[in-house]
Amino acid sequence: MIRARNLEKRYGRRRVLAGVDLAVPAGGFAVVTGPNGSGKTTLLRVLAGLAAPTRGELEVNADRGELGYLAHEPLVYRELTAVENLDLFGRLYRVPERRERIGMLLERFGLWGARNERVSTYSRGMTQRLALSRALLHDPALILLDEPYSALDEAGADLLDRELDALAGSRTLVVATHDPQRLAALTTATIALA
Amino acid sequence: MTYVADVVALTRKDLRVELRARDTLPAMLLFVLSTLVVFHFALPEGTGDDAAYGLLWVAIVFTALLGLARAWVPEHEHGVLDGLVLAPSDRSAIWLGKTLATLAFLVAAQVVALPAFVLFFAPLDLTALAGVLLADIGICSVGSLMAAMAAAGRSREVLLPLLVLPLAIPLIVGGVGAAISPEGARYLLLLALYDAVFSVLSWASFEYVVTE
Repeated sequence: MIRARNLEKRYGRRRVLAGVDLAVPAGGFAVVTGPNGSGKTTLLRVLAGLAAPTRGELEVNADRGELGYLAHEPLVYRELTAVENLDLFGRLYRVPERRERIGMLLERFGLWGARNERVSTYSRGMTQRLALSRALLHDPALILLDEPYSALDEAGADLLDRELDALAGSRTLVVATHDPQRLAALTTATIALA
Repeated sequence: MTYVADVVALTRKDLRVELRARDTLPAMLLFVLSTLVVFHFALPEGTGDDAAYGLLWVAIVFTALLGLARAWVPEHEHGVLDGLVLAPSDRSAIWLGKTLATLAFLVAAQVVALPAFVLFFAPLDLTALAGVLLADIGICSVGSLMAAMAAAGRSREVLLPLLVLPLAIPLIVGGVGAAISPEGARYLLLLALYDAVFSVLSWASFEYVVTE
């Protein structure tokens, strides 16, 4: 599903990614590791199509509508409620039976009780749960997650473990994390950035 | 139909965000009214209506700039623009939704500002009002594109006027011409042509502004 060879990304003179090779087949679970500043976020942005590689070959066999992307930032409007945010993205992603899907995700991620509150009133952990709901809203075939455990408490992290466990195998996942051990049982490929 | 539904959803979202945050419209209203009040006292007694119409356009253009400067702020907070860009809908719908919302804010500010102008300065006939509306469309369509470009950089407040003001000059010429010239219809035609050409250009080029 994803094949990249000698991927390089520069911002001006600064080289953020250099010589990255990766191959993730459909249903694969790749973990991207590396220290701060090694280019994990940039790699995920390049794979999502949000940034163009400066050099190298990249092939991602998924349309925009088949891609679920969790970024460092939650990609939701602060002044809208959880339901309003998911409803907007559900419309744009043409999610069938949108309301049912939104209700199910909010329930699953423990946000049902706060569904009509503005995101600006959410804690960082609740916002991350909403961001995960948004990324998975359209049941994407390719899921790119950038530090998905960040800001989640233990209950939230366990919930995410279960979600990833359920998705592994049937979806292609690329997860950037500082804690690869947590995902070791699911991982089929590791991309270590220096 | 799907495209229209996307535009409606995006415009409604902008209106809802503004209704709650109240960041843009109150600032625009306050600015345009205070500008007209200052002009009222600054303009010497006996100055003709033509000068007043010129000042109206100063107020309109800078009020629009104020709205445009804030137009993409909600998208840049929390990185929402990336989420919109990744959606499978046509990316130009994002621009059109933003343009319509900004236009709504500008028209709302003028609903208050134009009666104040008539009260302080000079009457506005139908041709002048049509000129204002056509210029609003032009400045919002071009301005939304330029504001998206400027918002990506750090010096948004500096960059935006530099990008928008040169492109707004034909709109100011057309708007003032529609108000003071006996051949106002010709200026309305100029404004309509500007709107058509620059709206299509902005619509078509938005995708390249928001993607690398």
